[in-house]
Amino acid sequence: MFSVVKDLVRYNREFALGAILILLVVAMSLASFFSPYPSGVQYVVPFDTPPSWSYPFGTNSRGQDVFWQLTFAIRNSLLFGLTVAVLSRLVALFVGLTSGYVGGTVDRVLMSINDTFVVFPPFPILVLVYFIFKDHMSWPLLAVAMASLGWPYDARLIRSVAMSLRSREFTTQSLFSGMSTRQILVEEHLPYVLPIVFATTMNNINWSIGLEVTLSVIGFTNIDTPTIGTMIYWANQHTALVAGVWWWIAFPVGLVIMTFIGLYLLSVSMNEYIDPRSRLSRMGGAA
Amino acid sequence: MAGYAIYVLRRIGQFFLVVFVGVNIAFFVTHATPIDPITAAIAAATRFSQSDPQAVQMTRDALRELYGLQGSLWQQYVAFWTRVAVADFGPSLSAFPTPVSTLIWRALPWTFGLLSVATLIAWVLGNLLGGLAGYYRRNLPLKAFGVIASGLQPIPNYVMAFVVLVLFGYVWPILPITGSSQINLPGGWTFAYFKSVFEHALLPVLSLVLVGTGSWFIGMRALVSNIVTEDYVTFAELGGVDRRRILISYVMRNALLPQVTGLALSLGLIFNGAVITEVVFGYPGLGNLLIRAVYAGDYSLVIGIASMSIIAVAFAALVIDLILPLLDPRVGAA
Repeated sequence: MFSVVKDLVRYNREFALGAILILLVVAMSLASFFSPYPSGVQYVVPFDTPPSWSYPFGTNSRGQDVFWQLTFAIRNSLLFGLTVAVLSRLVALFVGLTSGYVGGTVDRVLMSINDTFVVFPPFPILVLVYFIFKDHMSWPLLAVAMASLGWPYDARLIRSVAMSLRSREFTTQSLFSGMSTRQILVEEHLPYVLPIVFATTMNNINWSIGLEVTLSVIGFTNIDTPTIGTMIYWANQHTALVAGVWWWIAFPVGLVIMTFIGLYLLSVSMNEYIDPRSRLSRMGGAA
Repeated sequence: MAGYAIYVLRRIGQFFLVVFVGVNIAFFVTHATPIDPITAAIAAATRFSQSDPQAVQMTRDALRELYGLQGSLWQQYVAFWTRVAVADFGPSLSAFPTPVSTLIWRALPWTFGLLSVATLIAWVLGNLLGGLAGYYRRNLPLKAFGVIASGLQPIPNYVMAFVVLVLFGYVWPILPITGSSQINLPGGWTFAYFKSVFEHALLPVLSLVLVGTGSWFIGMRALVSNIVTEDYVTFAELGGVDRRRILISYVMRNALLPQVTGLALSLGLIFNGAVITEVVFGYPGLGNLLIRAVYAGDYSLVIGIASMSIIAVAFAALVIDLILPLLDPRVGAA
């Protein structure tokens, strides 16, 4: 594991850059544990002061320190993205592995469902969910709703790997030695697809944080929890740009773009690492 | 020919499955919840006033009828399907008595226009430059474009639209940032109107293209750099075929097929992005209509837009998939 990371850092500039960006973002979210103010309190610092030594990212019109507010926001956004990613990975793994290994009718039925979910536009459906739940809208509920829409693309990817694993000798051998389908999938095939699952996890976190920001900025989530999206929501509510309080908008947007690009670079470099051909050509090119 | 017929039938079957599951999701999200939309609507309407209990009861009955919520769950289910089948979701509450379908039909052309123009530009640009970048590996401007495109690509549409809005509306205000045309300009076949529509569409299209181009570029570059190593390409090069001809009709022609399939597959996400961009730029399409319907508590309009957008996207994907065999003779034959 450690040597893999060392290799990646040495031979893959994308991985190194992505890792630095994500480490910064994670450090920012961990800083929330050292915040002098509890999450979400208002009117504790002077209003609308521009970035300075005492307030590195300035303060906002709700009397909050933008820097510490941002640490809570990015922590909640990352946790949310991770929850959606883990939940939807479970579905994608189940559908992909089963479909690829069992094949036949099961495969056809699962893939029809899969192709059905692929074309659903998530935004109108999530807005519908918010419209029905309104004030009962909670973060776990939103995470479940998003996870149930975010699995099909990756399930197809996992299926294609599972199909090739099925014709390998070790699968036949485990079948002959009396392993059940569940055992073969979990003990034999799962380890092979895990690298791809990691790469798609990064993409899925990006996707869910992006949707979270969108829904929050319009006010369609629980806006009392600080996230990147709700932070921009409150800034817009106080017309921060018109009032000239640009730091209230610029820092969350900048940080979230850092997160997106960092996660994307990690996923791209992992994908490349998984594919031995492109890895070899890169190492050959570097030498 | 029989192969094509089977392919078409299977795709149409898939289309109906999408519509079936989508409408069921819309139904169960709205009905299998403990929250009663009518109670919520009445609570919102009577929040700041005293109301006669009898009047409240009458409102309740009227709304129940308007929303198609009378009878057992099964009756409501059948009623819901009838509404979807004839595309009639009753009158809108926020724009009473205009029917929901009229509002949707009015908004649909804007969404369709924005989406198709932006997708076409992004798809053509991404595939063209991606193909060139895959073929001419050492070209520096193309390499630089690849870095920029893949840097912009992971940014979600909302954030990109927002950044574009701030840049061109606040930092350097040269383009209109909201609406579809100048407010007091009468619509019609005049030059001034078209110019205004064009100007208003620039920023939404720009932000969609900025996000959209990257993934097509990356996909096409990877496909082309794989195809270039195939024997038939080497053979054509040795045979002295014009390099431009190799690139266009030997390499890119083959690489385009998965990109067309990819377009059909990602249509849901593209639609999603267009709808979100509309919200940012106040563009009068489905996305904006949906948000205003939610703010106004317009139950039938929200359900109408959600169901109709699922059907519209599924239909567009079906059309692309039916065109595919014209480009790829193998699809029908298999």
